[in-house]
Amino acid sequence: MNNGKVRVPLLHISRRAALPWYKAWGIRAAAIVLALVVCGLITTLLTGEDPIALYLSMLDGAFGTSRRAWVLMQNVAILLCVSLAVTPAFKMRFWNIGGEGQVLVGCLATAACMITLDNVLPNWLLIIVMLAASLIAGGLWGLIPAFFKARWNTNETLFTLMMNYVAIQLVAFFIIIWESPAGSGKVGIINQQSQMGWLPQVGPNRYMLNILTVALLTVAMYVYLKYSKHGYEIAVVGESERTARYVGIKVERVIMRTMIISGALCGIAGFLLVAGTDHTITTTISDNRGFTAVMVSWLAKFSPVFMVFTSFLIEFLGRGASEIATDFGLNEAFGDILTGVILFFIIGCEFFITYKLHFRGFKTRGAAENV
Amino acid sequence: MDGKVAAVQMRDITKSFGPVVANDKVWLDIYKGEILALLGENGSGKTTLMNMLSGIYFPDEGKIYVDGREVVIRSPKDAFDLGIGMIHQHFKLVDVLTAAENIVLGLPGRGRLDMRAVAAKVREISGRYGFEVDPMQKVYDMSVSQKQTVEIVKVLYRGADILILDEPTAVLTPQEADKLFAVLRSMRDDGKAIVIITHKLHEVEELSDRVAILRRGHFVGDMPTAKTNAMEMTNMMVGRPVTLNIERPQPKDPQPRLEVKDLTVRDEDGVLKLDKVSFTAYSGEILGVAGISGSGQKELLEAIAGLHRAEGGSILYLDAQSGEPEELIGKDPRDISDMGVALSFVPEDRLGMGLVGDMDLTDNMMLRSFRRGKGFFTDRKGPHKLAERVVEELDVNTPSIETPVRRLSGGNVQKVLVGREISSAPTVLLTAYAVRGLDINSSYTIYDLINKQKERGVAVIYVGEDLDVLLELCDRILVLCAGRVSGLIPGRGATKRRVGLMMTKLGGGAEDE
Repeated sequence: MNNGKVRVPLLHISRRAALPWYKAWGIRAAAIVLALVVCGLITTLLTGEDPIALYLSMLDGAFGTSRRAWVLMQNVAILLCVSLAVTPAFKMRFWNIGGEGQVLVGCLATAACMITLDNVLPNWLLIIVMLAASLIAGGLWGLIPAFFKARWNTNETLFTLMMNYVAIQLVAFFIIIWESPAGSGKVGIINQQSQMGWLPQVGPNRYMLNILTVALLTVAMYVYLKYSKHGYEIAVVGESERTARYVGIKVERVIMRTMIISGALCGIAGFLLVAGTDHTITTTISDNRGFTAVMVSWLAKFSPVFMVFTSFLIEFLGRGASEIATDFGLNEAFGDILTGVILFFIIGCEFFITYKLHFRGFKTRGAAENV
Repeated sequence: MDGKVAAVQMRDITKSFGPVVANDKVWLDIYKGEILALLGENGSGKTTLMNMLSGIYFPDEGKIYVDGREVVIRSPKDAFDLGIGMIHQHFKLVDVLTAAENIVLGLPGRGRLDMRAVAAKVREISGRYGFEVDPMQKVYDMSVSQKQTVEIVKVLYRGADILILDEPTAVLTPQEADKLFAVLRSMRDDGKAIVIITHKLHEVEELSDRVAILRRGHFVGDMPTAKTNAMEMTNMMVGRPVTLNIERPQPKDPQPRLEVKDLTVRDEDGVLKLDKVSFTAYSGEILGVAGISGSGQKELLEAIAGLHRAEGGSILYLDAQSGEPEELIGKDPRDISDMGVALSFVPEDRLGMGLVGDMDLTDNMMLRSFRRGKGFFTDRKGPHKLAERVVEELDVNTPSIETPVRRLSGGNVQKVLVGREISSAPTVLLTAYAVRGLDINSSYTIYDLINKQKERGVAVIYVGEDLDVLLELCDRILVLCAGRVSGLIPGRGATKRRVGLMMTKLGGGAEDE
C-alpha cells in the first residue's frame, strides 16, 4: 500500500514500569532547571532584564531579611496546614474544594470568641475555647457536604465550592456587626489594648508558635494516614468503594468522619490566622489558600512530608514574583507568568515519569538489523 | 509449503512493556482457508501479538507481511485497510443503536446514509455464513451471543479476510458456542483466515485446523491439530508435563450449613434478578451454580455475603458447632463477621472488589484483618507474614511483597485473593468465576485449593461458566435460568447437554432422563 517504503510512526508512547526513585527525581530536577532556563529566556525577550538578577531578586524577596524569612515561613506554615487538612479528603477521592470556606468559618468562630468573651474568661481559657470553637465550626462546615454526599450522593465538588460563598457572606455579615471604628467597614485589630485571645509568643519570633503547631500537625497527619486504622480505611474507600463495602467498611461513616477531620484542620488554620498573626478578620483573610492547598496536596501526591516542599515552593514563587514586580518596576502579572511557567514544567514532567516516548530514528535501526 | 497461501507472516516480532517482554522474536504464519488456534497461558503474549496485527499496539521490532508484502500497521484503520479485523473480548458497541447502525458506524460515506442498503448487505453476509442477526434490532435488546454476532458481521462488512477472535466462547453457553463454531467453519470454507485465541483445549481440538503455541512471549511451535492431543499441547504451553484430571472426593459427613429459602432480589434498576430461589448448601461439598451470564449468579452470592439487599426470603446460616440457625438477610458484611460467621467470598471482580489494585500484597491481606486489635493503629506484621505465606504456599509469581497487585498477572492476582480468603478458616466459601481468564496451571491450583477447603468441611458455592469443569468438580449443580432455579442435580453423571438445556429453559433437559 505504500510502495514498499516502510513508514514507521514518528512518535509513539508507551507506559513505563515503575521508575527507580532517583531517576524520577532526576527528571523532576531537570524539569525545574529547564523551567528556570525558559523563565530566563522569557524575561530577556520580554523585558530585556538580566535573568540572573531577576532570580537573585526573587531570593532576596523571600530571604533578604530575617523578617522576610519569618513571614515566608509563617505563610508556608498556614498554607501547609490547609493542605494537610484537605489531604485526607482527597485521598478518599472526596473532592473537597471548600477549604476556603472551612478556614473562614474557623476564623469567624475564633474572632467571635475573642470579641464576645474577652471580659468573661481568663486568657488561657479563652484561647482553649477559641480553639475548640474553630475546630467545631470547621468540622461542621466539612460535615455538611459529607452528610449530603453520604445520604443522597450529592456532588461534593459543587457542594463544598458553594459552601465557600456561604462562609464569605457570613463573615461579611459579622464584619458589619463588629465594625470598629464605626463606618470603616472593617473589624480592625481585635482586643488591641488587652491582647486577650492573642496567642503568646514562643521562642524568638511571634510566628514561631504557628510554625511549630503546623510542624506537629504534619507529623500527626503523616502517622494518621500511614499507620492508623482510619488512614487505612480512607485509602481503601478512595481506591475502591466496592472493595470497602466488601470488607465491611461503613463507607458513609468514613466519608463523614474524614470530612469532619478535614474541616476541623482548616478550622485550626483559621484559628492560627486570627489568633496567631492577623488579630482581625476580613473576607479575604484566607487569601485563596483553600484553593492553593489543592495544588500543594496534588503536587505532593498527598504525602504530608512532600507537602512541606510543595507548599514552600508555591509560597516562595509567589513571594519572589511580587518582589520582582516592585524591584524591576514590572507588572505584578509578570511574576505570575513565571510562576505559571515553573508549575507547568513541574506538573508536566510527571508525564515523562509515567510514559516513555519512542522516536522513529531509534526504531529503524532496530528493524534494519533484521533484514 | 502445502499449497496454501500465507495471508499473514509475522517475523521476529518483539514488544516490551517496560521491563516485561510480552513478545520476543515471535514468528507466526496465518493461512487462508484455515482456522488457527493460538494457545498459551496467561501472560504468554497471545493477545499482545494479535493486538499488533490489528493496529492497537505497535511492535518494537520485527516485520509483518500481508499477502507477501511488507506492511506497517499503525492504527486499527490500517489493519482494516489490509482486511484484518479483530473481535475483542469486551464488545465495543453502542447500546442505543441498532445492529446495522453499529455496523456502519465510523465508515466513510457520502452525505445520506441508506440504511436499507446497509440492512440488505448485512442480511446477505448473515445468509452466506449462517448468522442469525436482525439488522434493525437495538443492541440493548440483544443477548451476549447476539452482540458477538454483530461484532463479527461488523468486521466482515468492512471486508475483512483475516479475522481474529479473542476468547470468543468465554461468554457463551455450549449451544451458542456450537453455533459460533459452525459459522466460523463456513467462513473458513469461504477462504477466510481465522485466528482464535483461547485457553480451552477441547475447543482447539473441536474447531481448529492448526494450533500455534506461545509460552512466556516465545513462539514454541505449531502443528496441525489432527496430529496432536490435549496432553501434548498442555505440556508445550506449560513447558513441563501436567496432569489434567480434577479430583472429586466424596463429601464427608455433609451437614446443612446454609439454607436459602425463597430468596428474591432486585438490582438497582428494580429488575428482578432472583425469583424465589431455594436450596441448601452442605458442609464438605461443592455446590456448583451454572447459568447463562447474568442469570442472577452475582446477586445470589452478593446477597449471601450481605452486599446486596434482598427483597424477600431468608438465608439461614447453621452454626458448625451448635447447629443454631442465624438469619443473614439484613446484615452487612461487618455484621456477618461480628456474628462470628466465617464467610469468605472470592468475587468476580477481583481488582474492583476483592482487592485494591494499587495497594501491595501486605495491604491487601490487611483488608480482612485490619480491624483486629483494640488500638488506634494497624498491625502490619501479621498481614505481612500472611502475604509471605501465601506467596510461598501458592507459588505466587511476584517481584516482591511490596508490589501493587495490579502489576501481577491474572492468575497471580487470583491466587492472592483466594489465599487471603481461605486464610481465615471459613465455614462457607463463595467463589464467582474463580478461574476466569486463568491459564491451565493456575486453574488447577485453584481447583486444588477449593477441593482442600471441601475436605476441611467447608460449604463451597462455586459459580462457574465452564461446564466441563462444573461437571468434573462439583458434587451438586444448581442451574439458574433467568433468576429462577431450573434444577438442582448431582454433579456425578450429569451431562453437558442436559445442564446446557436447563440453563436456557426452566426445567429443560428433563426429557433426557
